[in-house]
Amino acid sequence: MKIVVCIKQVPDTAEVKLDPKTNTLIRDGVPSIINPDDKAGIEVALRLKEQVGGTVTLVCMGPPQADVALREALAMGCDDAVLISGREFGGSDTLATSTIIAAGIKTLDYDVIITGRQAIDGDTAQVGPQIAEHLGIPQVSYAEELTADGDSLIVKRQFEDRYQKIRVKTPCLITALSEIAEPRYMTVGGTIDAYAKEIKVLGFEELKDKLNPEHIGLKGSPTNVVKSFTKQAKGAGEVLKDASADDAVKAIIAKMEEKHII
Amino acid sequence: MSKDVYVLAEQRDGNIQKVAFELVGEATKLAKDLNEQVVAILLGDGVTAKAEELIQHGADKVIVVDDPMLAKYATEPYAKAITAIIKEFDPEIVLYGATSIGRDLAPRVSARVHTGLTADCTKLEIAEDTKLLNMTRPAFGGNIMATIVCKNHRPQMATVRPGVMAALAADTARKGEVVPFKVEFTPADMNIEIIEEVKETKKIVDVTEAKVLVSGGRGIGSPEFFNTLKELADLLGGEVAASRAVVDAGWIGKEYQVGQTGKTVRPNLYIACGISGAIQHVAGMESSEVVISINKNDGAAIFDVSDLGIVGDVKTIIPKLIEALKKR
Amino acid sequence: MVGFNLSKEHLLQQQLYRKFAETEVKPKAADMDEAEKYDVSIMDKMAKFGMLSIPFPKEDGGAGADTLSYVLCIEELAKVDASTATACSVHTSLCTTAIGRFGTPEQKEKYYKPLASGKKYGCFGLTEPNAGTDAAGQQTVAVKEGDHYVLNGAKIFITNSGFSDIFLVFAMTDKSKGTKGISAFILEKGMPGFTIGKDIPRMGIRAASNCELAFENVIVPAENLMGREGEGFKIAMQTLDGGRIGVAAIALGIAQGAINETVKYVGERKQFGKRIAQFQNTQFKLAELQAKVDAARLLVWRAACAKDNHDPISVPAAMAKLVCSDVANETTRTCVQLFGGYGYSREYPVERMMRDAKITEIYEGTSEVQKMVISGAMKIK
Repeated sequence: MKIVVCIKQVPDTAEVKLDPKTNTLIRDGVPSIINPDDKAGIEVALRLKEQVGGTVTLVCMGPPQADVALREALAMGCDDAVLISGREFGGSDTLATSTIIAAGIKTLDYDVIITGRQAIDGDTAQVGPQIAEHLGIPQVSYAEELTADGDSLIVKRQFEDRYQKIRVKTPCLITALSEIAEPRYMTVGGTIDAYAKEIKVLGFEELKDKLNPEHIGLKGSPTNVVKSFTKQAKGAGEVLKDASADDAVKAIIAKMEEKHII
Repeated sequence: MSKDVYVLAEQRDGNIQKVAFELVGEATKLAKDLNEQVVAILLGDGVTAKAEELIQHGADKVIVVDDPMLAKYATEPYAKAITAIIKEFDPEIVLYGATSIGRDLAPRVSARVHTGLTADCTKLEIAEDTKLLNMTRPAFGGNIMATIVCKNHRPQMATVRPGVMAALAADTARKGEVVPFKVEFTPADMNIEIIEEVKETKKIVDVTEAKVLVSGGRGIGSPEFFNTLKELADLLGGEVAASRAVVDAGWIGKEYQVGQTGKTVRPNLYIACGISGAIQHVAGMESSEVVISINKNDGAAIFDVSDLGIVGDVKTIIPKLIEALKKR
Repeated sequence: MVGFNLSKEHLLQQQLYRKFAETEVKPKAADMDEAEKYDVSIMDKMAKFGMLSIPFPKEDGGAGADTLSYVLCIEELAKVDASTATACSVHTSLCTTAIGRFGTPEQKEKYYKPLASGKKYGCFGLTEPNAGTDAAGQQTVAVKEGDHYVLNGAKIFITNSGFSDIFLVFAMTDKSKGTKGISAFILEKGMPGFTIGKDIPRMGIRAASNCELAFENVIVPAENLMGREGEGFKIAMQTLDGGRIGVAAIALGIAQGAINETVKYVGERKQFGKRIAQFQNTQFKLAELQAKVDAARLLVWRAACAKDNHDPISVPAAMAKLVCSDVANETTRTCVQLFGGYGYSREYPVERMMRDAKITEIYEGTSEVQKMVISGAMKIK
């Protein structure tokens, strides 16, 4: 089975701190990581490969620095990697991004494409289904389990109040929840193999016959950010120090009453 | 010319979901600013009778596609139906709930009709000058809010976070139009096979739905103390939740985790027990209506986002609080 | 290594080691220390991801990385748990390295490859109740009888002994020759007469397995003699030279770990209405410590690179161990002080780090031994 996994390199938002004085984000020194849902996607792809054989090819759109995210994924055991990178692609919204990634995937052989459900920097969950649409293949999102069955996949698709077991024929696209699989570590030997491999870089030139230039980059993006701002932090209220446990309980109950909770 | 504010009225098992009424409520505001109408889209099998409910909650018109192909949610038939409606009626705006259905369907439709889509919005408004839809959403794990517009493509589409917009009270006297709409499905449209569907009402704890959350962090000392927190949560009609530290330590399941890598919650009351208030945690709970926190460390950052902070030991205070609440 | 920058491969490896230490080891460290028991599942996981195989060639089942990568691993482990770092270091740089270097082709096939691939765990039995720094005082004896040796005696403080499969054991084959009468033998767990005794209660690295070994007429096949008779002391000393690089990295990791914990704490803890990070005393103390730790790290990297380049390592390794262990003790002591009362409590890890730091001045050659090595090389007599 030829498996393609789409990954994104994201700032580790868990490491983002707010400047206590200016209430703005401190982005300096925030490490870049493989998006967690995508990493779970890598793991489930590797397990699928272990189940039925085949190859796992990584696809990542990003700046040249995203190379390290691909190396990490290779060190986990993926077979090869493609980096889609180019100035023309900058400023793309989800629709333009999905258009570009789909063009990159069209250069590959694939039976199944796995993406993470969403990226922690944007939280949109849009690029996966949009890629599926561009490629004209079925999608199953919110996947919590995934196994192969002949030329089909059996997917446990999660909803808020239920789940479905879905059979979907390949080729198809799956968006993975991070619950789908705990990602493995790299292996030490894998890190060395990862750097021995060549990562194929696809720029605008390589993809131009598959792309409408009107549909990519900042200009080709239907949506634009017009304003961004840090959220007003919730202010500190009263803090009781050195209160006895009984007084503390009284204060808590008074606050609950005041707010009509009890 | 594009016109009217459309809302996908999500139904499950023939029941219109709460988020649909919220979206209709929000759409009435937007439609008023545009001087246009609110149109709900209802897709399903045997759901036509439910259209009235949407009218009672504020829809001027309901377009219904009633077809056995739409009995259970599947991406392709639903995407095909919505696309057909968009092509036929040319809406100005289409809103979806940011649910596991809306977030699967809307991006598929956006790529098919080639228009913009803004995910998980928490605020919508019509710009006075341009009459564009300003779509505001959290990004960067809730640390940044971004306002997004879709200038040159129609419809302007957004998924909207459930529980954020206000539904209007039902008005049984309200009148509106129900428009049946036919979509030509072929068997090939059902490109997946639903082998089984299983409801899990209480199996998955949904901390995002709880009105009261009693949340534990490292300061509770042991996994067993979650039993005490559960007792308090039950008394208050709520649920327990947890910080990442204790989830990582295996004290409680990940479905309870609040924060950056867990759930974002906004209950009426959030009681933080032994939680230091790392920014990742705060990002997931700072929109709570009321925050009460108990922590031994008087410098704990959680106090900075608390309506009431208690410097003390949760292990003595919580049992006493339970006792006091039981006496009431 | 070119300049002082790590290569891309090393940076990726460091990322693996750090993530592993933070996720798999750190949450268990305090509990293992408290229980004075090592959780061997950590070894199993390290083996799975190649962390017990780092500097060994791929054709031998190793990871194909180098000594520099190995010290990066040890530092990351020691930042969160010196016991785990010690376990990895003894397996790697004492047992496996020695058999890989001095073993016969048959010994390498049978023992070194399973060790290098992490399928088996190893330890190193030199220290005796009456022979510590003075290794020549070995009382364990091996007597040759036909096609085998008969071993009698005891060892003490043998790291990893509680869960190891393969034991490199030193014994006297000719007492009259002193250190030249010592020979090295490869023993397997479960050989009749070979028993693993109780763990010795300790001040620090309390999670590590450090048992006594007892040999009572243990029959060891002659083919398990490693090197020739009488070469044991040379094998032990050359192996320890390399081992010291690992111990230096342990000390380095303890120090850096303590600084990291302290930086976090002083940023949160308030006294006199200020975060204690805002006091100049805190700032200057931590600045001094970090500068010393960085200096110590360069010595470790120098020694590791010397080993990778097949340059002499005796002196660089001794210097790295001497300085790092000293820095670790100073750093952890100062960090506990910066924490104040909480630093002394077991609620925070710095007290454990302070206890753990002490052993780095003692095991695999005391600081005094390192000074002997260095001054000897300086020809100061």
